[in-house]
Amino acid sequence: MNYIKESLSQVFGNQPARPDKNEQSVELKDIYLSKRGTLTKESLAAVELEHGTHVFKKWHRRRWFSIILVNFLFLISYKFDVQLLEGAMTASRFVGFHFADLNSALQVMLAYKHVVLNLVIGTTTVFIMWLLLGGRTFCSWACPYHLLSEWAEFLHLWLVNRKLIKNHAFHRKTRSVFFVIFALLAILTGYTVFETISPTGIVSRAIVYGPGVAMIWVGVLLLFEVFYSRRAWCRYVCPIGVTYAVVGTFSPVRVVYNAEACHHEGDCRKICLVPHVLDLTIRGRAHEVNQDITSDCTRCGMCVDVCPTDSLNFKIKGLDKFL
Amino acid sequence: MTDTSKETTKKPKRVLSKSKRESNRREFIRSAVFTAGVVTLSLAGFIPILQGASARLRPPGALKNLLDEQDFFSSCIKCGQCVQVCPVNAIKLAELDEGVGIGIPYIEAREQACDFSCDGLQCVLACPTGALTHNLDYPADARMGFARIDKPKSCLAVQGKGVKGIARGADYKGLLRYDEIDRWNPIPVADHPYDIELCDLCVRQCPIEIRITQCVEKEKELEQAKSSGKLARVAEQFGNECPPKHAIEMQQIDNGDGVLRMVPAVLDGCVGCGVCEMICPVEGDPAIVVDIDKVTEWA
Repeated sequence: MNYIKESLSQVFGNQPARPDKNEQSVELKDIYLSKRGTLTKESLAAVELEHGTHVFKKWHRRRWFSIILVNFLFLISYKFDVQLLEGAMTASRFVGFHFADLNSALQVMLAYKHVVLNLVIGTTTVFIMWLLLGGRTFCSWACPYHLLSEWAEFLHLWLVNRKLIKNHAFHRKTRSVFFVIFALLAILTGYTVFETISPTGIVSRAIVYGPGVAMIWVGVLLLFEVFYSRRAWCRYVCPIGVTYAVVGTFSPVRVVYNAEACHHEGDCRKICLVPHVLDLTIRGRAHEVNQDITSDCTRCGMCVDVCPTDSLNFKIKGLDKFL
Repeated sequence: MTDTSKETTKKPKRVLSKSKRESNRREFIRSAVFTAGVVTLSLAGFIPILQGASARLRPPGALKNLLDEQDFFSSCIKCGQCVQVCPVNAIKLAELDEGVGIGIPYIEAREQACDFSCDGLQCVLACPTGALTHNLDYPADARMGFARIDKPKSCLAVQGKGVKGIARGADYKGLLRYDEIDRWNPIPVADHPYDIELCDLCVRQCPIEIRITQCVEKEKELEQAKSSGKLARVAEQFGNECPPKHAIEMQQIDNGDGVLRMVPAVLDGCVGCGVCEMICPVEGDPAIVVDIDKVTEWA
């Protein structure tokens, strides 16, 4: 299976490819066969008990720390004139180096139809940075809206658990449609239409320059996510996520799945922002014994935290060859 | 194989159950409505543009063509780096009520004008996208707008009045740089009382006029240095270039009543920075305002 092709296919909204039986190795088939019937509910419960609570574990803590640190740096750089990270999430200067959010830069280039050198420098820097760090890592490790949305998701899941509300999923191709629509709107109207409603830009500017009316829109969005559709913006709308997912396709930082350790109880899929990338954890769905999670993954590490049997782990592709 | 074979069937198209098809249909409709809704909301951002409410005083170098600010809107990446470098905090970012103009910098001259006290046009240098074009090197190159005497009757000079005390009241938050007090740091206007026989604050505080005066003095010094045989330091000869044209001057008017009256006259060198509008000591609406739909021709 071609990682790049499969990743892009999933990013743009297709279902993950189901493995052909002939494609699966004998080893993988043996793993599926050998585990059949040997796992009782009790043994799974024991494994989970031993793993302990998954609330706010290692990667979760690190990730929140990262989001808060990045946005705090934006804030103090302006408020206390520290000048470490000036600007906002859309474009900034980190100790003097130009940084430009790829999607914001794309919107500006499409609307303005000129390319300015500083923007090229900023875009290249950010492209290389997220290429090395994992692409959609931006979403879960830097985006300030992600953190708010995570809290909304927490409420949403609590309400769903109590059967007070129901989650309404949209088709995942909706996000690709949005990406195309916003790109076309920028080209045709000559205005960066997406920025008007982008909660990433709005929240980031609110943190640095103080909140304004636009935060009401962000509030509406969060309420929509709490009461109607889980993580709707990140899952079905945000073109920033699409842009970084494409970058992440070529990134060496990935989560890798090990079928041998997996007990298929599905905790990882329940907590994942983009659960389709974890379809391979369903019994019989993996293509290989050790398979990389596709690039729609935000590398948030929640599945790594939650897996009681260590079958999901971070890896840096090619690093083992160097060491 | 066991039940896994059901999921790994070779058939390219799986037959969906009726309920699955129904839920897919609902999901499709839901997604279409959702998409239409979000796109409509984003398009609502054009309302302020269509109403023409979006034209405002912009920082120096803003890409715009009189009332058409589309290039400026599209090229700005809405990051606020210009806001961060301004020593007098003149630049603000537009709110959601400006629609697609959200996050775009503007200046409210009456509250705090751009007095060029950074000398080097820091906002232009900070701009990562060229929305504030790098085509200008000195304050005199800026074309933000053009000042106009809006209410000549309320102008203190026209009435033959002077200014004694604080120009804009003790509560006024605005800052200006007064070279004679602190060359490097702007101070609150409220900390700088005036005592002037006949009001000329719009001319006195005009950054272009201040610079011209400095240039004239520097030239005299250079002449003296030359004649006395001393060589002037190179640094003193360059820097914030001397504006080629005057921006504003006081002209005498005669009402035949023997009272000395003057009226400010805006000249070709005006860059529209808004300091005259800011400092005008008239209570309420200023006598002089900056129009953004008129600028001096580029030299």
